[in-house]
Parts: sequence; C-alpha cells; structure tokens
Amino acid sequence: MTEIKDRVVAPSEEPPSEPPALGLIGWLRWTWRQLTSMKTALVLLFLLALGAVPGSLIPQTAIDPVKVADFFEAHPKLGPFYDKLGLFAVYKSAWFSAIYLLLFISLIGCVVPRLQVYLKALRARPPKPPRNLNRLQGYQSFEVEGGTDVLAAAATELRRRRFRVESYDGALGAERGYLREAGNLLFHFSLILALIGVAWGALFGYRGTVLVVVGNGFSNTVAQYDDFTPGRVFTPDDLPPFTLHVKDFEAKFQTDGPQRGAAREFNANITYSETPDSPDKAYDLRVNHPLKVDGTSVHLLGHGYAPRVTVKDGKGQVAFSGPSPFLPQDSNFSSFGVVKAPDARPVQLGFEGFFLPTAVIDQRGPTSVFPDDLNPALVMTAYYGRPATEDGKPESVYQLDKSKLTQFGDGKGDKLRFQLAPGQSITLPNGAGSLTFDGYSRWVKLQISHTPGLDLALGGILLAILGLMGSLFIHPRRTWVRVRTKDGRTVVEVAGLDRGPERGLGDEIQAIAEVLKKKQEQP
Amino acid sequence: MSQETFAHVSNLVIPTATVIYVLAMAAHAMEWATGRAAKTPAVQAEQPAEVLVGAAASTAGAAGAGASGSRGAAADGVPAGAGDAAEKAAAASRVGLLLTWLAFLLHLAGVLTRGLAAGRVPWGNMYEFSITSSLAVAVVYLAFVHRYKLQWLGLGVTLVIAAVLGLATLLLYTPAGPLVPALHSYWLVIHVSAAAISGGAFTVGALISILYLVKSRAERRVLAGGIMSPSLKRLPSAEAMDGTAYKVLAFAFPLWTFGVLVAGPIWAEYAWGRYWGWDPKEVWALVTWVVYAAYLHARATAGWRGRPAATIAIVGWLVFLFDFVGVNLLVSGLHSYAGV
Ligand code: HEM
Repeated sequence: MTEIKDRVVAPSEEPPSEPPALGLIGWLRWTWRQLTSMKTALVLLFLLALGAVPGSLIPQTAIDPVKVADFFEAHPKLGPFYDKLGLFAVYKSAWFSAIYLLLFISLIGCVVPRLQVYLKALRARPPKPPRNLNRLQGYQSFEVEGGTDVLAAAATELRRRRFRVESYDGALGAERGYLREAGNLLFHFSLILALIGVAWGALFGYRGTVLVVVGNGFSNTVAQYDDFTPGRVFTPDDLPPFTLHVKDFEAKFQTDGPQRGAAREFNANITYSETPDSPDKAYDLRVNHPLKVDGTSVHLLGHGYAPRVTVKDGKGQVAFSGPSPFLPQDSNFSSFGVVKAPDARPVQLGFEGFFLPTAVIDQRGPTSVFPDDLNPALVMTAYYGRPATEDGKPESVYQLDKSKLTQFGDGKGDKLRFQLAPGQSITLPNGAGSLTFDGYSRWVKLQISHTPGLDLALGGILLAILGLMGSLFIHPRRTWVRVRTKDGRTVVEVAGLDRGPERGLGDEIQAIAEVLKKKQEQP
Repeated sequence: MSQETFAHVSNLVIPTATVIYVLAMAAHAMEWATGRAAKTPAVQAEQPAEVLVGAAASTAGAAGAGASGSRGAAADGVPAGAGDAAEKAAAASRVGLLLTWLAFLLHLAGVLTRGLAAGRVPWGNMYEFSITSSLAVAVVYLAFVHRYKLQWLGLGVTLVIAAVLGLATLLLYTPAGPLVPALHSYWLVIHVSAAAISGGAFTVGALISILYLVKSRAERRVLAGGIMSPSLKRLPSAEAMDGTAYKVLAFAFPLWTFGVLVAGPIWAEYAWGRYWGWDPKEVWALVTWVVYAAYLHARATAGWRGRPAATIAIVGWLVFLFDFVGVNLLVSGLHSYAGV
C-alpha cells in the first residue's frame, strides 16, 4: 500500500533524524538531506519571517539615518550593541543574508530532484487498481446485468472527465491533475528567477537624490548628486549623460474643509536632453508620473522654498546673492535654512532662520499656517565673525557653523531678529552690511534611479503566481473501476484516491457510478 | 446627487448596516444557543455514530481517505431526528444569513457612496480603510457560504464585521475629502483591492481555523470517552473544516502574492522610484506572505498537518492584522494614511 499512501510529492519529506556513523561523505549527504527537507524549509521560512521583523521596528540606516542617530543618543548602551548585531541594517546583515541564502539553497536542492521525479511521473501510466478497492475513498459497488461494456463506458466517462485512462485485465486505472506538480515546480523555480532579478538590481543599480531650484538644471554626474547610493558593482560610467532643466513648479493645496492644507497636486515643468547634443524635450514631472531617460527614472520626491537674498558687506559690495534652499519642518512648510556670506569684509556674515510661506504671529512667535505662499516672510537672525580662512573642509549648506561667530544684538540688550516681506531690507548694526529679501523660488527634490533586473523580478513573480494557481487549484486524483463476474452477475466497483491536500473527492466517484448504472439501464 | 448628498447617504447607511450585522449576529448566536439546548435523546443516541465517522476520517487522513464521510457530516450539519431545537437552530441560521445579506447590501452602498462623495476610491484614510476591508470580509464569506457550506461561520463573521464597523464609526470617522497626490494611481486601486479581498479571505480562514481547533479538541475528548456539546456537534467534522480552511486560504494566497509582490511594488516604483524599500508596511506584508507559505508547507509535512497548520493560519492572520492596522497606528513609514 505504500504506493497508495504516497502523494505526488514524495522526496525527502521525512529525513532520517539520526546522523549516520559513516565518514565524511555519509555525513555530508546526511546534512544535505536535512537541509533540503520540508521541515528545514518550514523552519527557515519561520526564521525569515522572524528575522524581517526587527527591521520594521528599529530605525534603519538605509531608510532614515537621522532616526538611527537619535536612537544612539537616546540609548547610549543599547545603540552600539544593536549596531554589532546589525540591527540598524537588518536586510544587509550577515545573519539575514544567511537565512535567505540557506532557504534558497534548500529550495534548489529540493526542487531539482523533484523535477526529475516529475518528468518520470509524466510518462508513467495510471497504475493498476489495488487489491482492496473498498478501503479507498468514495467506494461504490453495484451489480449490473451481464454486459462487459461497463469498462468501455467507464473509459469514455473518465476521458470525458479528462482523466488519463489505462486498461488492465478487467479493470481501469485513471489519473488526472498531473499539472499540479508542474505548477508547484514552476512556482518554486520562478521564485529563484525573481530573486536573481532582485539581486541583479541591487548589484548593478544606483539611486541618488538632488535638490534643484526652479530655474536651474542638473546633469547626470556623480558630483552633482546630494546623496548617491551605488550598487556593489556600479561604475560612474554607467550613468547616462542626460541633463535636465526645471522650468517651473506648481503646487496645489486644499484651501477649505477639514483637510485644508493637504497637498492636492504637484507638477514640475522640465525640459531634458538625453545626450549633450540631442534636442530638448519637455516633460511634466509629477508624483506617480516619473520621467524615463535611457533606462533611468527621475522621480519627483518633494519640494520646498528657496528665498533669494542679496547680502552686502560693510564695504558696500555684494557678498552673496541668489537663492538658498530652506528645508520644510512641518506640513505648513515653515522652512529652516541659512544664508552664508563668508567673503564679506571687514567681518564675514551669516544668517539663520525661517522662511514662512503664509506667516502669522501667534504666542509662540511667527509660524506658517498654510503650505502655499499666501503671505511669505523671512524671519532671521544674523551673525558675524573674523574673515574665514579657507580650510577646504566641506560644510553643510543647511547649517551655519556658529563656533567662530557672534550673534548681532539689537542694541536693546536682546538678540537681533528681523522679519522681512519680499522686497524689504535690513541694515545690520555697526555698519556691518545689509540683507535684502529679493523674493523666493521653489525647489524640487528629484530622485534619479536605475534598477536593472526589474523585469526579471516582476516576470518571475508573475510566473510564480501562475504556477501557484496551478499548484493550488489543480486537484490530482486517481479513479479505479473493476468489473468481476460473480454467480453470473457482473459486480462493478469504483473507488478513488485524493492525491492533493484538499482532502476529499467530493461526489465525483458517486457521480461516475451513477453514469455507469444509467448506461446499463438504457443500453 | 451632489457629493454632500453622497456623503450624507454614506453616513446614514454605514451605521444602519452595522446595526443589521448586529441583528444577524444575534440570530446566529441564537442558532448556537438553540443547538446547545438540543439535548434530546435522539441526539445523544446519534452521537457515537457520527463520532466514529470523525475518528475514521482523522486516522485515515494521511492516506487521504474518509473525506466522503466528513462531507456527509458537513452536509447534514443538523443530525436527523434532533427534533424541534435543531429545526429552530436551522431557522435561526437562515435568518442570520438573510440579515447578513441585507447588511452587506447596505454596507456596499455605504462604501460606494463614500467613494462617490470623495470622488475617488474609498480607502484614503483609516475610516474608509476599515469600512472597505470589513466589506471584503463580507464579500468573501458570502461568495463562499453556499459553495463550502459555511453557514456555521455566520456568528464569527458578523461579529468581526460589526466590531470593525462599530469601531470605525465611533473612533475613526473622518469626513470625505480627496486624496494626497501620492495616492493617485490605478495601481493603487488594484493593489488595495487585491490586499483587501485576500485579507477578507485570511479573516474567514482564521475564523474557520479557530473553530477547527475547538472542534478537533472536542473530537479528541470524545475519543477519550467524553461527550460533545450539541452546538459543537452542529459544526462540520474537524476534518472537513480543515479542508475548507485550506481552500479559502489557497484562494487568498495567490491573490495576496499578486497584491503585495506585484501590484504593490509596481505602484511603489511609480510613486517612489523603488519597487521595494523595506518600509514597515512592506516588511509586514512579506512576513504575512512567508507565514502563509509556511502554512501551505505545513499541510504537506508529516507531523505538521492539522492543529499545527491551523495554528500557523491563525498566526498568519494576526501578522496580517498587524500589517493592516498596527503598522498604520504604531510605526511610521511612507504608507501612513492621512487622517488616521
Ligand atoms: C523561498 C522559500 C519557499 C517558499 C516561499 C515556498 C512556498 C510554497 C508555497 C506557497 C507552496 C504551496 C503551493 C502548493 O501547495 O503546491 C509550496 C509548496 C511546496 N513546497 Fe515550497 N516554498 C519555499 C521553499 C521550499 C523548499 C526549500 C522546499 C523543499 C524542501 C519546498 C518544498 C515544497 C513542496 C514539496 C511543496 C508541495 C506541498 C504540497 O504538496 O502541498 N519549498 N511552497
């Protein structure tokens, strides 16, 4: 009866649990068999699920480095410990990689032998009926008048039900649902395909972001990016030489109702050219409407304001002029930023403060109450210091190094603080210079990314789903019919065997029996 | 009709549907209570016979036999000759199903008018998300109720839906409004519908698995010489419930795979320029997927069939719930919705 107990899937369901006493080869074989067993697959699947969890609860460097830094500050002991365990980069950590690599080795080791078994099974004919049909599912037995064409009728009926039929002496064996195992194998192989696609993208792709003030451009070289994450085998030559120019940016916000201020529409009006000598093309870059150039995608990730100011120094010369991008701090775009004039003389100048697109003054001071520019204002404070010596150290354009600077006073014992509307100026104390708020531009944050292998990953998953549907919805089963003559009467027996996980053949055997009985009644 | 009218209709219809779900729940509760009262001698007499069928089915399970016997038990549901009480229970069950249909139609209308009021798909915030995903539970239950003879699941299903709708109306209500730009995409429609429908099926599968555990425990007690309460006797055999849970989850799994591993990444690629970013929502969707893959494996592994597999199905549902609800509330990420 072992043949009957077997499901379509037989290999390595239950590995021997005792390691053999035989030398290295035996031991290796035993390990391999353990690794490719169903139970190991189960355990590895659980480990994968468990291992993925911490990455969603602990901040991840790749997603939000600022939060990771905050975590280190808040937990000075736990931070370094977590760091050692790789918990701030779970999905790149050695242990997480080990889990999924083992799983995929196990998968390959499991599926390849099954493919061989399956190819053999495909050519096999439906087997002979077992001796005792009455032990099987849906067993039916009935008597008919002497005719011997019961088997022919049964064969016709089973073929109509798309069974593969084989005749034996006084009996029929029939089987269907061969494609279930094919679907299952397709599913597992396609998973491997999809993973190769994903790995391809991680190795050869790149992703970077850049902030571009409206009116300015960007050309695709590593130096122009604000931050850039290359894949492991990326080289700068892989960057396609396109350029783009942001001509205009428009943002629309809900102006009434409970969701007042919620973003409704962003649209960056750009022109781009694929190579330095190709003609410019226009494009509307929107959320969910990325630009594709030469296999590279350009996405609109965010936007903000860049106040334009002119700083004159104590000698009346322009020490700085132009837009400085300020970074939004809240949903109403209160934006923080700095203006630096290190070349101002006799003292260098620096400014720090907020741009408020819709400024109001409340108890907490000036804030913005709406993200659009209804009442723009610049609220800043100013610093001076000895002329800077060039030390070549890179400095953040969003922060002022105040260690060597002194804040201006307002002459009444307080710190100097001023609020300007576009067009207004302030003259600094002690003839140090002046600042004019000329106006403001918008900026957009662009992401430029290239992910090769995407089609392979997607195609792999789609194939996997196809295989999965075959595997889950095709119901492999066998049916046997046997005819015996007993005391001049013909006894027909029908029974079946469910070879899938659904448990049960339903009414199929009974329905087949009914058809056979009817055929007898009306020959 | 204007958008405000739609909003009004939706706000009226959703609470009404909730009340009717509660009535359906009451009818199903009566079904269980009447079943419990049906301790007529006829039932007692019948018990050993049916128990034998169940026992044969579970021991023969590995060989795949005995399913037609369990089919019979499932179809009969009410043991013949259980008398008045059984008839009453059956009537209560029918009333419950009828009320569920009525509540479902109102619920559907409420979700549709909500979408019309907002001028977009009705899942832009937690309130809409709750009314839509509970609708998905109803859709899956009503789609399968006749095919798999699921009437006995009515109490659990109506309880879950009524609870979600009640909480949504009382705690999560947000007036209708349009979407933020990142949510504009037809891939969003595909992604969320697939996730919601498979979520509905996960829920139904988990409810079946819970009752499976209860029933199989009762069956084991009977084998040890105990007796089974009549309301549990009304349930199909554990064997049959196990098969039904499998079928429902086998429907859910490919759909979930498509929703979170195809439609979701395609949308993410459009919206954020990366198809997978280990965002908490994505991580938990993957964990859900892996747990259900483990469930399907467990059913094919000796020693893991039956109760361990059912337990995995329930764990999978809890993980799914955390992904759907917990992540939105507890963990911040790109997927957080407006107006939580
Ligand atoms: C990435 C890891 C894996 C995933 C996501 C996965 C997923 C699945 C899924 C969803 C099924 C259900 C489809 C069905 O019932 O036919 C399945 C079935 C199966 N898997 Fe895997 N699998 C993985 C790895 C493995 C490994 C390593 C093995 C080898 C031990 C394996 C062996 C099987 C077998 C034999 C079945 C058929 C079960 C049956 O007859 O019902 N799988 N797998």
